[in-house]
Amino acid sequence: MDGAPAAAPERVKEAERQIAHVPLVLNRRNFSWLTERISEVVEQPAPRWWWVAFTITASTATFGLFCIGYQISTGVGTWGNQIPVGWAWDITNFVFWIGIGHAGTLISAILYLLRQKWRTSINRSAEAMTLFAVICAAIFPGIHVGRFWMAWYMAPIPNNWGIWQNFRSALMWDVFAVSTYFTVSVLFWYTGLVPDLATLRDRATTKIRKFLFGFFALGWRGANRHWRHYEMAYLLLAGISTPLVLSVHSVVSFDFATTVIPTWHTTIFPPYFVAGAIFGGFAMVLTLLLPARAIFKLQDVITPQHIDKMAKIILLTGSFVAYAYTMEFFVAWYSGNSFERFAFWNRVFGPYWWYWWLGMLFCNCLSPQLFWFRWCRRNILVVFFVAMCVNAGMWFERFIIIAGGLARDFLPSSWRVYHPTWVDIWTYIGTLGIFTSLFLLFIRFLPMIAMSEVKTAIPEADPHYDLPPDSVRSPGKERTR
Amino acid sequence: MIKTPYGHTVYAMAAEYPSAAALYEAAKRVRDAGFRRWDVYSPFPIHGMDDAMGLGKSWLSGWVLFGGISGLLTAAVVEFGPSSILYPVDVNGKPTNFFTVPAFFPIMFELTVLFAAFTAFFAWQIMNRLPRWNHPMFNWERFSRVTNDGFFLAIEARDPRFTEDSVRELLEQTGGQHITIVHED
Repeated sequence: MDGAPAAAPERVKEAERQIAHVPLVLNRRNFSWLTERISEVVEQPAPRWWWVAFTITASTATFGLFCIGYQISTGVGTWGNQIPVGWAWDITNFVFWIGIGHAGTLISAILYLLRQKWRTSINRSAEAMTLFAVICAAIFPGIHVGRFWMAWYMAPIPNNWGIWQNFRSALMWDVFAVSTYFTVSVLFWYTGLVPDLATLRDRATTKIRKFLFGFFALGWRGANRHWRHYEMAYLLLAGISTPLVLSVHSVVSFDFATTVIPTWHTTIFPPYFVAGAIFGGFAMVLTLLLPARAIFKLQDVITPQHIDKMAKIILLTGSFVAYAYTMEFFVAWYSGNSFERFAFWNRVFGPYWWYWWLGMLFCNCLSPQLFWFRWCRRNILVVFFVAMCVNAGMWFERFIIIAGGLARDFLPSSWRVYHPTWVDIWTYIGTLGIFTSLFLLFIRFLPMIAMSEVKTAIPEADPHYDLPPDSVRSPGKERTR
Repeated sequence: MIKTPYGHTVYAMAAEYPSAAALYEAAKRVRDAGFRRWDVYSPFPIHGMDDAMGLGKSWLSGWVLFGGISGLLTAAVVEFGPSSILYPVDVNGKPTNFFTVPAFFPIMFELTVLFAAFTAFFAWQIMNRLPRWNHPMFNWERFSRVTNDGFFLAIEARDPRFTEDSVRELLEQTGGQHITIVHED
């Protein structure tokens, strides 16, 4: 057997045509169309809906900030937290937001290393989402300590009695993990943004735009001697972000796994949390991008194929999560530990029973299973419905793990059910406002699709693309290494 | 130093190419003609262009390795210093000796990543001599399309092989359009 039979080259060609990739940019759009369509979002005056949406989200954000101020000035008693439920909505929100960030880094780093070119249409906005989600997340560890002005105790410097932090504590690891994650995400995002800022600089019509975009574009001029170092830096940033993103939610899960609370004290938490983070994050990417794609008419760049692939990732990670849930129950039963067994029984039939049935079972385990069907992955409404289910479900999951475990601990005499106060609720809604406000500002002022990257996904970007037949191939030998 | 009849210093002779493929072929010709001080400009990185230009691998990775190692060492100092020497925290009588080092791994990892990322971020700018907001290429009006859909090649006047005629001929032969002299000022 040496190679394909020489006969029937037409059949081979036909087969090749059938397995050929569906183009990532539809309708044979060229470079200047991409530049035009993506820059135009930033350059045209803000549409009316934007002002309406921004007014609502900014007001929500402002009220959220008021609640945070009220909580700081009055005390943690304004929240529903009590003994034994010392961690409740605050840490739930922290884990919820930090988890959402993970999809952005997965798209920008891991899919880059895996040479998944479809990431180029969605990576910029997903990375922006990461930053804004981490900003929302970072609020909660700061304010839940109660004495906000002592949050500097978290920094690795001795406090006013010369006492140092315990670097062997999972909470200290978390400080480093989250702050590193945010910093590296900013550096990665800005690095990717530089060539696109140069595009906006070259298109700018007003002096102030020319100055601002020009300043932040660093004088980028697309030289190949620059691309060479730039691409290496981008590759390395992707390479180091990959273990970083896996570590961040692992470290977050250590905050729980290193304690003795039933349902927290498990070894499967790191992979379980990372899968859940990516699961919830992709749902948020879809929640943001499906409307943006329709409003800004970006259907040729964010194609049904992109949505299909994101839906498949949701199916995959959702199934991981469902498996982890099952395994938790199995281990609780198999361990023979009566506290574990009770805690999981309590999860399903205890005071928070409907959180489990609705959030964990329906939203997280069952709804993504729709994505086994191509029709569902290609139907925008179904995809949006599942994404919203997952957004809600992942919040419920974190709440049930955190408050559910604490509310029914070892001593029945100390059991108490947690009820949120209006400050709890509005602080959370406030962070939703902060997140959406930042995202609305982002799509107004920065290109929401990485133009320089998405251009590499169209066939004309290939240096061997369609040379005119009469042009002479250069006599220089191909150097390959 | 080459000057135009109007007294401008010449930075380079440049041409525009219709496509990435044409630019790629032209770059191979210019490389083989033995030029050293030249560059191609494109809206996106063109795959294989480094080889077409005769450039090797970028050694930015070496700096990043150095940055990562310094982050690891910083973490070791920041953790062992306070937790084993300056202020060992006694938590339920648990040991604070060297064998507790696995508890230090997460922060060692995080600082390795943090320092490596900062190094990568600053190294790509320093190695590219950026930020540089003024550059002779920006004097050419057509060049503003480089961030949209323009593909350009410029051979600098500093190159020892640069003569106006030979470079113009080479750019014409390789299919360059809008061939022009780019001024330094």
